[in-house]
Formats: sequence, structure tokens, C-alpha cells
Amino acid sequence: MKKAIKAAFPVTVPVLLGYLFVGIAFGLLYQNAGYHILWALLMSLTVYAGSMQFVAINFFAPGIGLLEVALMTLLVNIRHVFYGLSFLKRFQGMGQKKPYMIFSLTDETYSLLCSAKPPEGVDPDRFIFAIALLNQCYWVAGSALGSVAGSFISFNTTGIDFAMTALFVVILVEQWLSCPTHLPAMIGAACALLGLFAFGADNLVLPAMIFMVVLLMAFRRPLEPKLSLPEESGQNGGEPL
Amino acid sequence: MISPARALLIIAVISTVTILTRALPFLFFRKGNVPGAVLYLGKALPPAVMAMLVVYSLRGVSLLAYPYGLPELIAVAVTVALHLYKRNNLVSILGGTAVYMLCVQLFFC
Repeated sequence: MKKAIKAAFPVTVPVLLGYLFVGIAFGLLYQNAGYHILWALLMSLTVYAGSMQFVAINFFAPGIGLLEVALMTLLVNIRHVFYGLSFLKRFQGMGQKKPYMIFSLTDETYSLLCSAKPPEGVDPDRFIFAIALLNQCYWVAGSALGSVAGSFISFNTTGIDFAMTALFVVILVEQWLSCPTHLPAMIGAACALLGLFAFGADNLVLPAMIFMVVLLMAFRRPLEPKLSLPEESGQNGGEPL
Repeated sequence: MISPARALLIIAVISTVTILTRALPFLFFRKGNVPGAVLYLGKALPPAVMAMLVVYSLRGVSLLAYPYGLPELIAVAVTVALHLYKRNNLVSILGGTAVYMLCVQLFFC
């Protein structure tokens, strides 16, 4: 496991930056709302969903029904339903690690698992488990830091959360270079922009994902043979680091 | 403020529903009976989702008010260029983030 963590660490550094600082922001927010470190830790350990934890601050007010909480959570996190589809086979046979792999499938972990390849001599299951585990550690550590020390941070960190955007951009470029067809990526971008302009910044994800699935299904006939090609044709997907 | 018991209950609901969304495909398609369409989506979705996440992470950027999304445009361009040049995730991400921080802290503030 030590070897797997060592191999996984460099892959997770972008998430370390993003999670640590977004986690700190989360911890600070809850601290200011009167919920101290144990609350922030409890949420980061049991909920572990970045945007949801920020939205959830609104729930800690009188007069909000549990059904409303459940529905809102469902809407914000429904995109995760689609993430598991890519790992139905991959997580099979992971035994005791499987429940945690499913639990910890955030946007960022999903992105890393889509692109990361284990180095020679490292057990692939342990490698992806280490990625998932390290990511949550960063998130929990960030929440704790934000709760206790947020106000002492003097270094100007404005803009550091761009690491998350950069991570998505890099993985997109990597997929663009290694995938024999660019249509899925273009469909994704078009649907997201459509969702953004039609439904606004706060509600773009669900409509975008639905359009995306509909369009991908419509193009299944021409797309499927291309996607079944071995990924390593031509470029080998670049350095894992 | 609400009572701690109520807060705990709310966290339990959020946690349960979040776990449910992540576990749903695994509960739905138990061993061996995954339809072809779902396997196809599993392969076609990653690039589409990644493109969506890029848009999603930039959703708060306003193109109509100063600085017109320029810091984001510059930083994304630098990230892509660095990546095409070096093909090293860490270099591209750290480089792009550093450029973005310089942009928002020094040049477009």
C-alpha cells in the first residue's frame, strides 16, 4: 500500500491544491456560521461532495424540511449517477475497497481515475484506491484547517482554486489527444454551454447531462466502433505524471 | 441556529442521498447484466463530462463586465499550451494556476 501511495501522490497534487484551498474556504464558511471544526469534519468525512457542502450551509436554518434537503441534494449530485457508469467493470473484483471507491467518486477523483495509469510494478487496484483515499485526506485536512486557522492565512491565495479548472482542462486535452474521435468532447462542451445559457450558472449540470446522454445515444451507431479501438493507438496517453 | 440533533439529521440525509447517487449504477447493474448501451455510455461520457466540468468550473465568469473573462481565457490557454509542449500534468496545472493567480492579483484587479 505504501508503494501505491507513493506512486499515487504525484498524480493527486493538483487535487491537493484545489481541495486544500476549497476545503479551507468550506471550513471558514461553517466556522463563521457557528459550526465549529467537528461539524466541518463530520461533513467532509460522511458527505464528501464539494459543491454540495457549500450549498448545505443554507439547510442549517429553521423551517427547511428534510424532503427539501433530500431533493436539493439529489439535484446537485445527480451527475454522480453518470460517473459510476464508467467504472462498473473497473471496480468489480476490488473486494473490500469497492464500497469506498464508490463512496469517494467525486468530480476530481473521477477525473483522475479516467486518466491515471499505474506505473510499472504497482498494483492497479491499490493505486486507484490510494488516489481516492489521498484526495479525501486533502479535503478533510482543508476543512479542518479552515475551521481552526482560516483567519491566520496571510499569503494571498486568491485564484488558487483555478487548479481545479486547470485539472479538468489538462485531462480534457489528454483525452482529446488520445481519443480517436472528438465528437463526445464537443457534445459535452456544447451541452454545457447550452445548459449555461438556457438555465443559468446554478442549474446547468442536470440539463447538460441529459442533453449529453440523449445526443451520445443518437450518435451511438457511428461512435461506438471508434470508441472500442484500443486507446493506445498512436500516442500512448502521455506521461502518467 | 437549529438544534444539534436536527443538524445531525440533516447531515445524515445529505450523506445518504449523496452516497445513493454514487452507488446507483452499481446497484442497478449487478454483475454481468450491463446493457450494451450503458457500457457504450461509460466509454463515451468521460470526454463529454470533462468538457462539461471545464464549463462548469468557469460558470461564474462574466464576459460582459471587466475583466471580461480575460484572466480565465489567458490561464486556460497557458494550461493547454504548456500541456501540448511538455505533456506533463503537474507542470501544466501549476503553470496555469500561477498565471491565473498573477492575473487576478496583479494585472486585472
